[in-house]
Amino acid sequence: MIKRILPPLLSGTLFGAGLALGGMTNPARVRGFLDLFGDWDPTLAFVMGGAVIVMAIAWRFQPRMAHPLFAEKFALPDRTDLTAKLLGGSALFGIGWGVAGLCPGPGIAALVIEPASAAIFVVAMLAGMLLVRFTERSQ
Amino acid sequence: MTLPGFPDAAPLAGLAGGILIGLAATLMLLGVGRIAGVSGITARATGISDSGMSRSSAWMFLLGLPLGAAIVAFMSGGLDAQFASPVVLIIAGLLVGVGTRVGSGCTSGHGVCGVSRLSQRSVVATATFMAAGIATVAIMNGFGLEVLR
Repeated sequence: MIKRILPPLLSGTLFGAGLALGGMTNPARVRGFLDLFGDWDPTLAFVMGGAVIVMAIAWRFQPRMAHPLFAEKFALPDRTDLTAKLLGGSALFGIGWGVAGLCPGPGIAALVIEPASAAIFVVAMLAGMLLVRFTERSQ
Repeated sequence: MTLPGFPDAAPLAGLAGGILIGLAATLMLLGVGRIAGVSGITARATGISDSGMSRSSAWMFLLGLPLGAAIVAFMSGGLDAQFASPVVLIIAGLLVGVGTRVGSGCTSGHGVCGVSRLSQRSVVATATFMAAGIATVAIMNGFGLEVLR
């Protein structure tokens, strides 16, 4: 039980702290990074770079482990196909990201920084996710 | 420390924050055996997705996000944040919700976990949402649309 609670809670807490420390809970910072042809703010590149470097090391350890430290087995994505859905979905996400300067992690983390605004974004995001769920189910 | 030519950038805080995010994703990978993708975990916690980690684990991760942000906000005496108006937030939220489900991930799952794994799908997805985000901001600025208040 404790294994199902503590590792994900600690992971989420570190993640939220990292987002806040890196300025990512401020949409102005994120839109500043996306404003490549205007008043560019490279901060997000440092956030992304730091995270990717640490994770690149973690990926070197993963194949050498028989199982995760607190779970029975690894459950990781194994798809390699490039599809129209992947491209189209990512493009839609990118447009939404650019419009308000928020993606899912910072949107949820910002619930304690700007509660009303973040809640509106998160509820709309959940509505969008539900829309996909119902559309795919009816096919 | 400031970056020459970019007085408003926060490279050290950004790097430190990025390392924390990398450690968070490492704990999720090597500890739980899963990808720390926020959109997927959100869908899993709310029951929108049927596959993934246990729902209790998903909720714990999501609960940690505002908790971690609150700790940093408390220790730094508050954080600056400028948000868009409700109408803009609704439009953006819908696009982000639809896009991340159709595209199987967001900045964390594709951008951090997938890119660092050199996953072909994640590299393409990240290049796509970065390009779309940059184009969106450029077009909005071209029309003089100021959305952050």
